[in-house]
Amino acid sequence: MAYLDYAASAPLRAEALAAMLPLLERPAANPSSQHGQGRAARAAVETAREQVAALVGAAPAEVVFTSGGTEADNLAVKGTILARPRDARGLVCSAVEHHAVLDPAAWAEADAGARVDLAAVDGVGRVELDRLAGLLEPGRTALVAVMAANNEVGTGQPVAAAAELAHAAGAVLLCDAVQAAGLPGVDMAGDGIDLLALAAHKLGGPTGVGALVVRSGTTLRPLLHGGGQERGLRSGTLPAAALAGFGAAAAAALAERAAGASATLAALRDRLLGGLRTLAPDLEVNGDPGPLGSGASRPAAPAGLPGLLSVRFPGRRAEDLLLLLDRHGVACSAGSACASGAVTPSHVLVAMGAAPAEARETVRFSLGHASTQAEVDAAVAAAGQALEVLAPQGTPT
Amino acid sequence: MTRPRVLVAMSGGVDSSVAAALGVEAGWDVTGVHLKLADTPSHLQVQGKGCCTLADAEDARRVADTLGIPFYVWDMAEEFRRAVVDDFAAEYASGRTPNPCARCNQRVKVVGLQARARALGFDALATGHYARVEGGRLYRGADPAKDQSYVLYMLGRAQLERLRLPLGRLTKVEVRATAARLGLRTAAKPESFDVCFVPDGDTAGWLERRFGPSPGEVVDTAGRVLGAHRGAYRYTVGQRRGLGVAAPTPRYVLRVEPAAGRVVVGERAELEIRTVELEQATATDGRGLRPGPARVRLRAHGREVPCQVVPFGVARARLDLDEPVDAVAPGQAGVLYDGDLVLGGGTVTAAG
Repeated sequence: MAYLDYAASAPLRAEALAAMLPLLERPAANPSSQHGQGRAARAAVETAREQVAALVGAAPAEVVFTSGGTEADNLAVKGTILARPRDARGLVCSAVEHHAVLDPAAWAEADAGARVDLAAVDGVGRVELDRLAGLLEPGRTALVAVMAANNEVGTGQPVAAAAELAHAAGAVLLCDAVQAAGLPGVDMAGDGIDLLALAAHKLGGPTGVGALVVRSGTTLRPLLHGGGQERGLRSGTLPAAALAGFGAAAAAALAERAAGASATLAALRDRLLGGLRTLAPDLEVNGDPGPLGSGASRPAAPAGLPGLLSVRFPGRRAEDLLLLLDRHGVACSAGSACASGAVTPSHVLVAMGAAPAEARETVRFSLGHASTQAEVDAAVAAAGQALEVLAPQGTPT
Repeated sequence: MTRPRVLVAMSGGVDSSVAAALGVEAGWDVTGVHLKLADTPSHLQVQGKGCCTLADAEDARRVADTLGIPFYVWDMAEEFRRAVVDDFAAEYASGRTPNPCARCNQRVKVVGLQARARALGFDALATGHYARVEGGRLYRGADPAKDQSYVLYMLGRAQLERLRLPLGRLTKVEVRATAARLGLRTAAKPESFDVCFVPDGDTAGWLERRFGPSPGEVVDTAGRVLGAHRGAYRYTVGQRRGLGVAAPTPRYVLRVEPAAGRVVVGERAELEIRTVELEQATATDGRGLRPGPARVRLRAHGREVPCQVVPFGVARARLDLDEPVDAVAPGQAGVLYDGDLVLGGGTVTAAG
């Protein structure tokens, strides 16, 4: 068995489970309640808030807990648009944003009078700043969305430069850091980010919780109304146990980053790529997840995801490869899945210039906190068998 | 002995659910696959009809969970659109009445999937069709009311040898009972009818939306104009309803002439035919149709009539019927039997 699908969801860290268990076992309490049990739950939530803030260089009071990355992105996009007058509802998104950003933007255009422009990306999926700048309209553009690193190909984005451009036009910058918050990491204050979306489960926390980090002074309308939790920006009883797991995962991710985990992961990824290249010399790497084998150095390009490897195997359908890898217990991903579960061509690869048929030949391997060399070797071995089965038809064997 | 590795096409209906379950019970190494055949969201939102709705994919997935088998959804909407839907429309536009299920089996569901299964190292493909494969030959299913050998006639020996039909010896009642015994959630699911990509069953409306109105004349065999119609593609040979013609005795569609925009109608007796011509005629033993006696079925659930098979040209055959039958529309399948054995068949091109 080998799990190489961290970018879809990372296994729960031991630290996160340990932080959650006592809160699940003790008598239920609402963190908003005015009694001892309530205060204990509240303390766990506030500890988590501090841990999450520390991971991204924010102040604890800037952290708004949500149900996950999707809600965080929705709150950022819709909350910003709804806080602006109708003639100032411009949205500029990189073309490779996650659907959790692009779809709320499309909603805003269809139902809230917004205008959406997509900024083109280059061949590795990095947003082109001059194209982005050309789309900004001072006084009209409300929000610019540029993710920290792309979830499908791992390319790091020029977030700080995009933030400068956004601010010069009077807009705020939304950075979807759902994939990048652990490694290589993001710096809310240093990069000039106004809104930052996070999801616990990509860091090794539980599913069902995330956060939108809102730089103080940023105006936002809430989407969920009710008990007024999270300073009125997100009503709903806080899930203390899940948030404690989120906080513990954030703390563990921060410690890993300090210990140089990027280089370790990049080396594992190199091993994976090397193994796959031996099997399929014609494979192509999509995007720019960071210089191979030098995750510790500081390259000129924004740091990508050190554990991510998106590769295209020309002539082999990704869903066929996935089935064969699954047969050997190797988990990875292909493109994105539609509601029925079928693999559909990725909008990210298409934005990077791939033909839909080429996009269907792409497999994403992603490594993370518990990945081992043995798992990588098992994946390469399984890929060898899969590629043998899928040998192009008609060639003599 | 190693377990045969079998890919089961799971539509989300009770038949293919039980086919997968029986494969597991037989000790096969079963993998389920659901084909996503529609690519428009509106198709996905239609509940419980046809064979390509989101609810069907979920049903298939839950059955696979119950059986503990790997399950995947494959997007074959593009292949289906090209090979089946566009063909269906084009056939109607040229005055023929296609059989989309036979076409789908031929191009996507059986033959197309089989090629892919083979490429992925599967030993065989299994489906929930009511028909039997024994010794590499195709036979009628045991349930006469459900027999689907009619839509599988085009399979040849190489395909039949890699096809498993676990329901062949069962009746529909037994299939539902098996599903209930195994706790499959599709046990009581209603039957799907009609054409899966025309979920409301209104083929004429579907064609009109696709082609737009195309009015023309309804005429008798002498060329006299009896009325008007909204589009020749709305009519099929033998059709009685919707002609908009007042006559002392019922009138039936005898021919559809799309180029002239004409629908030719006549009396019941004029529908009778004694010969049928087939094209793309194939034999299930892979050696071509041979001359001699057989029984032919010209409609999915129509009666069979004895005939003499007279092959000619390249993959063509004339069938001399021993007794007259009501005309069958060009485009339909003519399937030849010897008892329960399916000899082969072809596409009807002409009848007279």
